[in-house]
Amino acid sequence: MPAPDTASLPAASSPADPPEPPPAPAGTPSEAAEPSVSEASAAPEAETAPRASDLKAAFKSAGVVWMGIFVLGLGFGVLVTAHGLPWWLAPIISGTVFAGSVEFILIGLIAASAPLASIALTTFLMNSRHLFYGLSYPLKRIRSRWGRLYASFSLCDEAFALHASREPETLTGGRMLWTHLGLHVGWAAGGALGGLTGATLLSEIEGMDFILTALFIVLALEAYLERPDLLTAGLAAASAAVALLLARGSMLLVAMLVFLTTLVARFLVTSRRSRRRA
Amino acid sequence: MPSPAYVAAAIGIAVAITFALRLIPFLAGPKLRDSQVMASVSRWMPLGIVVILAVYGLSTIDFSAPDHGVPALAGAAVTALVHLWRRNVLLSILSGTVVCLVLANLVF
Repeated sequence: MPAPDTASLPAASSPADPPEPPPAPAGTPSEAAEPSVSEASAAPEAETAPRASDLKAAFKSAGVVWMGIFVLGLGFGVLVTAHGLPWWLAPIISGTVFAGSVEFILIGLIAASAPLASIALTTFLMNSRHLFYGLSYPLKRIRSRWGRLYASFSLCDEAFALHASREPETLTGGRMLWTHLGLHVGWAAGGALGGLTGATLLSEIEGMDFILTALFIVLALEAYLERPDLLTAGLAAASAAVALLLARGSMLLVAMLVFLTTLVARFLVTSRRSRRRA
Repeated sequence: MPSPAYVAAAIGIAVAITFALRLIPFLAGPKLRDSQVMASVSRWMPLGIVVILAVYGLSTIDFSAPDHGVPALAGAAVTALVHLWRRNVLLSILSGTVVCLVLANLVF
């Protein structure tokens, strides 16, 4: 099942915010110990002017992901009509829930008239991973309140992966909002077209969903190259492996819970060690 | 088809829960971030989460399919190698995807 997490509040977005001044350096004492960050990946999009260039920068870094999510949306739209539901439910669900993986499950539950309580529980379990996203997402780069509200509403896996591991100074609020909007519109438009046409040329091409796997591979490599933290990457990979063995069906949530546990343990170990040294 | 009221309620519930899960960390964030443990954890988290997402993507490859998942595996290898070579996000994704598509639709 595809991972995109997608959805909407179009009126609230105002992607034309001026860029903010760079935030003060993060104040955590441990920050200084991190290896310095290479400029290589940030350089091409270093922002000089606001507005139009925000859209350009968003398109440059996320355009191919917009397309990938559009194609996955086609698949979702096809699934909606295959369950005997009206086509327009596809864009409505994609636009409002905007959480790819749970939407695929939701359609099956709705078509089977499952109890609302089980819909609530499934949504909660599948999307609890978003609780972690907010902790490190650079939402502060977006200035306007409505913009921040829209960005948190539409904070899907892809948006998190595209933004969270970058240095916040390389992002403008406008660019982040355009990226969110592109993902959101791509997902909902794909759902509408897939629902209307039933099946399309694109969704019949095998392997189109690989584009998101490729995205996650690239972003993992990129995050590692920017901050070569082998212990973190190793703990995450091990957590993912454990989750695949224990709970394939809810791999993402289990992996993130295991990973979070290892990070807390790591914090306890390192702080005890530094206290002993002090 | 299920009744419109049921469908509306089901979608409403899914929207409310999803939005709440996305919003809560931002509302609780300032307090949480003051704690040392959250500061450390949120510094390690982005890299870890994209690694988990990458493993998840690889785990969706279907090795029992007639093509044994070869197109996607080849695509993943090309994506990673091209990225290490040129470090251009767009180029890496496109070349890996093209390899996967060509193998899946024209070869296997």
